[in-house]
Amino acid sequence: MADADNDAAPTVQEPLDLVRLSLDEIVFVKLRGDRELKGRLHAYDSHCNLVLGDVEETIYTYDEDEEEEQQDVRIMKKQSEMLFVRGDSVVLISPQPSS
Amino acid sequence: MLFFSFFKTLVDHEVTVELKNDISIRGTLKSVDQFLNIKLDNINVVEEMKYPHLSSVKNVFIRGSVVRYVHLPSGAVDTALLEDATRREATQASARAKQG
Repeated sequence: MADADNDAAPTVQEPLDLVRLSLDEIVFVKLRGDRELKGRLHAYDSHCNLVLGDVEETIYTYDEDEEEEQQDVRIMKKQSEMLFVRGDSVVLISPQPSS
Repeated sequence: MLFFSFFKTLVDHEVTVELKNDISIRGTLKSVDQFLNIKLDNINVVEEMKYPHLSSVKNVFIRGSVVRYVHLPSGAVDTALLEDATRREATQASARAKQG
């Protein structure tokens, strides 16, 4: 098999390597319960526990009207300077181009 | 193990623990274990009017699995050290994975 890339390519071999490359970079994190985070990744482990700095949390709440056509989305934003996130809430982690 | 060690460095600091049922509890971190269960002293519930049932409680043990976030004092966190420790742990973890 492709044994050659075993020591030659220290880049992305397993999925969490993508997260490793995002250390000290801005990441976008989607969580359970219609929540999203954007912040600088300072730490992670194999459970996807995270520590993020300068985080903006976005919470989407849906005011459901009885008539199905109308569904109001309310967006709430919260800031946090340093945040630990428990991995069992994490859905995805994506590198964000810092703008 | 990384976050267990990390939280041990934060003992005696003020933290706010946000639970999966949306309750936020602020208090002094007294201890932590390998499951990231947390013991807090001198607690206050944020939005006490909304969640009055804990107002007489001063001291709690929180099961790690019900935690959503822990808001930390950024001054108590050495981010460079944390990133180095994360890289080290990631290397160890992938080496273990290769061994089978």
